[in-house]
Amino acid sequence: MFHRTSKLAAACAAATLLASTAFAGELVINTDTSDPAPKAAFEALIKGFEAEHPDIKVTWNLFDHEGYKTSIRNFLTADAPDLANWYAGNRMLPYVKAGLFEPVDDVWEKNGLNESLASARDSMTIDGHLWGVPYTYYQWGVYYRKDIFEKNGIAVPKTFDDLIAACDKLNAAGITPITIGTKYLWTAAGVFDYLNLRTNGYKFHMDLTQGKIPWTDDRVKATMANWKTMLDHKCFIDNHASWSWQEALAPMVQGKAAMYVMGNFAVAPLREAGLTDDQLDFFQFPVINPDVALAEDAPTDTIHIPANAKNKEEARLFLAYLARADVQTKINETLGQLPINKDSTVGDDKFLQAGYKMLSSTTGGIAQFFDRDAPAEMAKAGMEGFQEFMVKPDRLDRILARLEKVRQRVYK
Amino acid sequence: MAAFWKRNQQKLAPWLFLLPGVAMFLIYVIIPIFQSIDISFYAWDGLGEKVWVGLGNYVELFGDEAFYTSLKNNVIWLVLYMLALPAGLFVALFLNQTVRGIRIYKSLFFFPFVISQVVVGLVFSWFYDPSNGLLNLALQALGFEPVPVLADENWVTYGIIAAGLWPQTAYCMILYLTGLNAIDPEQIEAARLDNARGWKMLWYVVLPQLRPATFIAVVVTVIGALRSFDLVSIMTDGGPWGSSRVLAFYMYEQAFSEYGFRMGYGAAIAVVLFAIMMVYIVGFLWKMYRDERGGR
Repeated sequence: MFHRTSKLAAACAAATLLASTAFAGELVINTDTSDPAPKAAFEALIKGFEAEHPDIKVTWNLFDHEGYKTSIRNFLTADAPDLANWYAGNRMLPYVKAGLFEPVDDVWEKNGLNESLASARDSMTIDGHLWGVPYTYYQWGVYYRKDIFEKNGIAVPKTFDDLIAACDKLNAAGITPITIGTKYLWTAAGVFDYLNLRTNGYKFHMDLTQGKIPWTDDRVKATMANWKTMLDHKCFIDNHASWSWQEALAPMVQGKAAMYVMGNFAVAPLREAGLTDDQLDFFQFPVINPDVALAEDAPTDTIHIPANAKNKEEARLFLAYLARADVQTKINETLGQLPINKDSTVGDDKFLQAGYKMLSSTTGGIAQFFDRDAPAEMAKAGMEGFQEFMVKPDRLDRILARLEKVRQRVYK
Repeated sequence: MAAFWKRNQQKLAPWLFLLPGVAMFLIYVIIPIFQSIDISFYAWDGLGEKVWVGLGNYVELFGDEAFYTSLKNNVIWLVLYMLALPAGLFVALFLNQTVRGIRIYKSLFFFPFVISQVVVGLVFSWFYDPSNGLLNLALQALGFEPVPVLADENWVTYGIIAAGLWPQTAYCMILYLTGLNAIDPEQIEAARLDNARGWKMLWYVVLPQLRPATFIAVVVTVIGALRSFDLVSIMTDGGPWGSSRVLAFYMYEQAFSEYGFRMGYGAAIAVVLFAIMMVYIVGFLWKMYRDERGGR
């Protein structure tokens, strides 16, 4: 008996020895990519990296999406991984300010990312440094039921008046024009972003989200007046505050609603629910003020090196790998999103192509999204106000006054 | 050393036995209370430097609409949650009989308390769903307009409380059932001889004997109402536009949620909530103290 255990122990010791010689480096990655497509994309990404660097042992911790937003604060300070995913723009500001992310200008410099990822450079820059590597983004816009539009003789709306006319026609036919689920608030911010970008333009929208303009400004009121017009024409589904964005997909699948102002991630569940590409299509949010250059929402997802990471060399290798054109092509094919690298190819999916075409010809500017452009507290208060406004539009003045109060506190 | 131990053994032993419990209680309950009070005087995002703001958080709190909404909802919770007591008593009286299979019925009535609040919340959200929910299908069948309970600022808190009452009633029921077991049959007998029945029997004979059970039921129900969080979080996430928030949820939202991380402000809300609970805790302790002395 004793003999056998000792043999086993020896075998174990040998195995450990072998392991430690086989892997020169280690790499710990934390991500919240737990939905099916992102999970598969990261699996493939990590496998590809391991194949090119067989001497690095990768440990991948997968978090659930909502929990990640809280745990990232803990693990960045206490038990930092070597890489963590997050978002560009203002969303990373608190971590940059707290010194929890490592600047990676050298990775950009050494791998020529300043050219290949040029489009996302601005949104990765804070205080003159680059704080991570972007790997994917996706368009926002209006997803609609082409078959329902055709049946009711509605052309793709080009202007705001077209959109309102389409709402009236659909309502007359007994179909809800636009479905939306505002239980978790942010969907309403998508509508606000577009109304404001189209009414007042990119510069104003950015100034507003950065707290430079009071919420009681007449231009904000103009945006809200346009929103009110949509509400008056019953453009949105009733009871939207009861539903999450996923639950609000159902009316569209059932043919009870015709449009959804959404990000491209809505396409996958809509297809899964049985809509074909003949039924489902995409159009750019219509023009409101013709003098305003068209700007879009296109949130960028990123990967960062925590300042407390242990294996920064390996992490830099991974970032360089992630930024490569062929890698971004592959990962975004699985994600169903758009690569950042300009030499990557966009998947031949019709929604990706439409998004790519739209975003690469955008002249106005590319916003991240309301809750990424505005600081967290302002975003929360704003989105709550938008939800309230959509149900109780007559409270507009009170809502704007409340937001203004929050603005004065947040951007001190 | 040995001599010292021998001399003071009697005096020291109880403290030694208490030590683990006291230490835990200090580390996990008492010290954090003071830490929270301390944090509530700072502006702090949980990462950077703490900035002393004195009573700033409290000043802001008392000018904050959302705080008053939460406070109001907490009061509604407190009042309506008390319905769990009569409801629990009624079910307990109903189940306090010996028929075949009564144990199965008892466990079925107790079931909602066993399942997670999250599940209760989900079940009720589906029940209230404006397009496919049972409630609205029933209302429509009766010719009423559907009510989006969880999306209507006037209904939402009541909708959530109704969901909360389901498990809370079960809890009170089990407390009363055990209480009923301990009722003195001789007193019932005597009351019967004196021609007491129905309400009079319940009010003058049964209820006084259930006082310990009622006391515990009140305490757990008050605490349950004040710390109501899971249901709000699951069913509405505080919405629509924050109208179903309660203090516990608002504190979480400010301190820990995706858009929060105002630790100081969250701590200030927690302190206010603590002060409210303190009223009950003091009452509870005072009664315990009185009973102990009376018992001697």
